[in-house]
Amino acid sequence: MKKVYPNAAAALDGLLFDGMLIAAGGFGLCGIPELLLSAIRDAGTRDMTFASNNAGVDDFGIGILLQTRQVKKMISSYVGENAEFMRQYLAGELEIEFNPQGTLAERMRAAGAGIPGFYTKTGVGTVIAEGKEHKDFNGQTYILETGIFADLSIIKAWKADTTGNLVFRKTARNFNVPAGMCGKVCVAEVEEIVEPGTLDPDTIHLPGIYVHRIVQGDHEKRIEQRTTRKKEA
Amino acid sequence: MPWDRNQMAARAAKELKDGMYVNLGIGIPTLVSNYIPEGITVTLQSENGMLGMGPFPFEGDEDPDLINAGKQTITELPHSAYFDSATSFAMIRGGKIAMAILGAMEVSQDGDLANWMIPGKLVKGMGGAMDLVAGVGRVIVVMDHTNKAGDSKVLPACTLPLTGKAVVDLIISNLGVLEVVDGGLRLIELADGVTDAELRAATLAKIVN
Repeated sequence: MKKVYPNAAAALDGLLFDGMLIAAGGFGLCGIPELLLSAIRDAGTRDMTFASNNAGVDDFGIGILLQTRQVKKMISSYVGENAEFMRQYLAGELEIEFNPQGTLAERMRAAGAGIPGFYTKTGVGTVIAEGKEHKDFNGQTYILETGIFADLSIIKAWKADTTGNLVFRKTARNFNVPAGMCGKVCVAEVEEIVEPGTLDPDTIHLPGIYVHRIVQGDHEKRIEQRTTRKKEA
Repeated sequence: MPWDRNQMAARAAKELKDGMYVNLGIGIPTLVSNYIPEGITVTLQSENGMLGMGPFPFEGDEDPDLINAGKQTITELPHSAYFDSATSFAMIRGGKIAMAILGAMEVSQDGDLANWMIPGKLVKGMGGAMDLVAGVGRVIVVMDHTNKAGDSKVLPACTLPLTGKAVVDLIISNLGVLEVVDGGLRLIELADGVTDAELRAATLAKIVN
């Protein structure tokens, strides 16, 4: 069992193909698999569908794959921070499927848990519910949503041990756990790889059974909205 | 004088009760955290994966791994907890969050809410708003009573695509406070200096009292 790879390109070797569905972790620019996204850009894979809460900004995150026209479709809840995305979308060059954020997270989690569909109240009575099965439970109406079974998961964690047990840091956990669960193969990039026994088994956020390949690297970790307060004099 | 943004936020803060877990939307709702009444402790949820959201960091203390749902840098508190997005929306959908305070483009007399999409204009997405209004205990809308053109945003039926159907419990606008009840809206408070006639003239929805 060798899960540690020397760099992002090596960690993706043999996994990429045109037209594939990739689930990516991250919220905004927080906790995004920036090294793997760069490697996918360099690999030149085309016509990809990304299930990802956001689409990055023009020059960071999934935005770099939009610049190179490698993305055919996004499954996202909010894409407001990306001008190139909007240009391609309005020009009809890019398809978008909006999912409510919680529905998107649960579609990933469900697939990773072997659940192909689930009923939710979210979106009942809105355009999201159109064409979906409706069912009443205890007097309330729910709609059927389906799991997202991805060809590949790409996620970013803080630390991994060499067996793939992952620990995340603060709000950078976000979609990385559900996105990491729903792929046939999951590749995780981390800030530090440690020996087994170093991480407290009680504090593992995503067990190594979900994680097939890991790569350590330096992260830019860009801040999207830097907001501060003044120290009182 | 109608209420300004801060006065609307202060009025919304009066709806908070001790011990509540609350989700605040972007814009005026975010200001509510500045007016939490003395002696009341509420825990703010940020749907990207945090309970116990603290204030903005001091300059130099920003952490790229610690942001709120508006992607702003924030801080943690002694009782903060982090979790993943699926767990975050499990507590939202599961009814564990007592209250959400959100902005709106339109609200109907039946409590329908539209706040995510204007057909023909740039669509950015609903984010977590549909999950929040479907799942939380009480939904309070804070918004201007009319739009920039002067048209009422409090309508018999929404004209824009809905975020949720029959989900709003209370509307706090710059003109006053309206509660969603059977058959329409009940006027329960006027903003200082706003007359009953002014609020009614700015409201197309049915007011039952």
